[in-house]
Amino acid sequence: MKRRPSIDRNLLEPQGQFSREIQLLERRLFLRQSLSLGALGLLSGCEVTSASSMQTVLNAMSRWNDGVQGALFSKTTLAPTYPESAITKPFPFNAYYGVDDVRIVPAEGYQLELAGLIRDRAPWTLQQLNALPQESQVTRLICVEGWSAIGKWGGVRFSTFLEKIGADTSAKYVGFKCADDYYSSIDMATALHPQTLLALRYGDAVLPPEYGFPMKLRMPTKLGFKNPKHIMAMFVTNTYPGGYWEDQGYNWFSGL
Amino acid sequence: MDADHSLSARNTVVIHPALVRVTHWINALAMLMMIASGWQIYDASPLFDFIFPPSVTLGGWLAGGIQWHFAAMWLLFANGLAYVLYGIFTGYFRRQLLPVTPRSLAQAVADTLRFRLAHKLGVYNALQRLAYIVAIVLGVFMVLSGLAIWKPVQLQLLTALFGGYEGARLVHFFCMSGLVLFIVVHLTLVILVPRTFLPMLTGRARKSEVA
Repeated sequence: MKRRPSIDRNLLEPQGQFSREIQLLERRLFLRQSLSLGALGLLSGCEVTSASSMQTVLNAMSRWNDGVQGALFSKTTLAPTYPESAITKPFPFNAYYGVDDVRIVPAEGYQLELAGLIRDRAPWTLQQLNALPQESQVTRLICVEGWSAIGKWGGVRFSTFLEKIGADTSAKYVGFKCADDYYSSIDMATALHPQTLLALRYGDAVLPPEYGFPMKLRMPTKLGFKNPKHIMAMFVTNTYPGGYWEDQGYNWFSGL
Repeated sequence: MDADHSLSARNTVVIHPALVRVTHWINALAMLMMIASGWQIYDASPLFDFIFPPSVTLGGWLAGGIQWHFAAMWLLFANGLAYVLYGIFTGYFRRQLLPVTPRSLAQAVADTLRFRLAHKLGVYNALQRLAYIVAIVLGVFMVLSGLAIWKPVQLQLLTALFGGYEGARLVHFFCMSGLVLFIVVHLTLVILVPRTFLPMLTGRARKSEVA
């Protein structure tokens, strides 16, 4: 699968600041990894100058693991579901910032923007989304850090929504842009999985800000960080869109 | 060097087959990477009330630890598979590690306590056999519980066998602990009986030292 660290230009808002942020992240990443390679350098006799070639190998292995996980992914295998009594209370808040910095997105005037390989790119209001058939799931969220928690999410099955808007489901990626400057992308197979939910509710109430109001993409088949919150725009593309954590070195597929 | 002490083919025998030596050293490297990067991953969300000192972890931060862990796992798996298949299909495991009977174990414990344990290169006493068997079994459980953590949806039956995702994390941790204990004992014994070291590189030991 061809990878480019670029973002579909026709899809997103002004690029300047965004790509500068990515450059800074890449620099930070390189520094961090150079530090960490000292340990292996000592035992193998390698020079730390080979850090970048080691990083090339690690990146290549991560791409290889994307492919392996794509092959292991089953369109029909469902993630285990749990009784409501198993729900973790309180359900942990998690983001790249603290709970005090949660973005408050006003419901009034909210519109989900659509772009890319989609037939009908008219934006969607919350009212329109709530009028689509709703379903819910009690599933385990597994964080890349290792912890897990069981929660209940309700909303629109994502494949139903993709069908409704005429998304090109033969395209490779669906990307998301969020109100908290988070961004991520997923493979089309996972986007079409029956448990992939455009979540509008947590528990039985409207999704609260800390869990991603106005909407979160809930995928029990992917690690928690792949489930974007506060989604403002989504796009369908064949150009690898990356992600906030993915661009810093976290594995892109991150399937469960 | 005295002819008697040289490691020429004439007065030595092969006690460690080439495949065992090669897989041993690849495994040593792979385990070092897996354990150190695994400790990095553990530190992101500790199961217990301690973390591993960052100086003994690999990867620098969580993403780096994960990259190392999920790269080295292929080396560990391919190498381990080659070793286990070799061990099973050439009779190496049966010859080297079996039998282990309660009687032979009791004998080895008694000999150890009286400091009379024989150190014949190429033949393992019952305690060693048991230790190597346990280490191999721990290695297999390490891989299986790792798969259960990595793919708790696609391999959910395997994950369920470990008591679910959180159960698999615990099994993965305790198997690691067991293997680290094995490594500590293994290295201690090599230091105490240093003539066991060279044969793991050359494969050869003097006939006079071999059972």
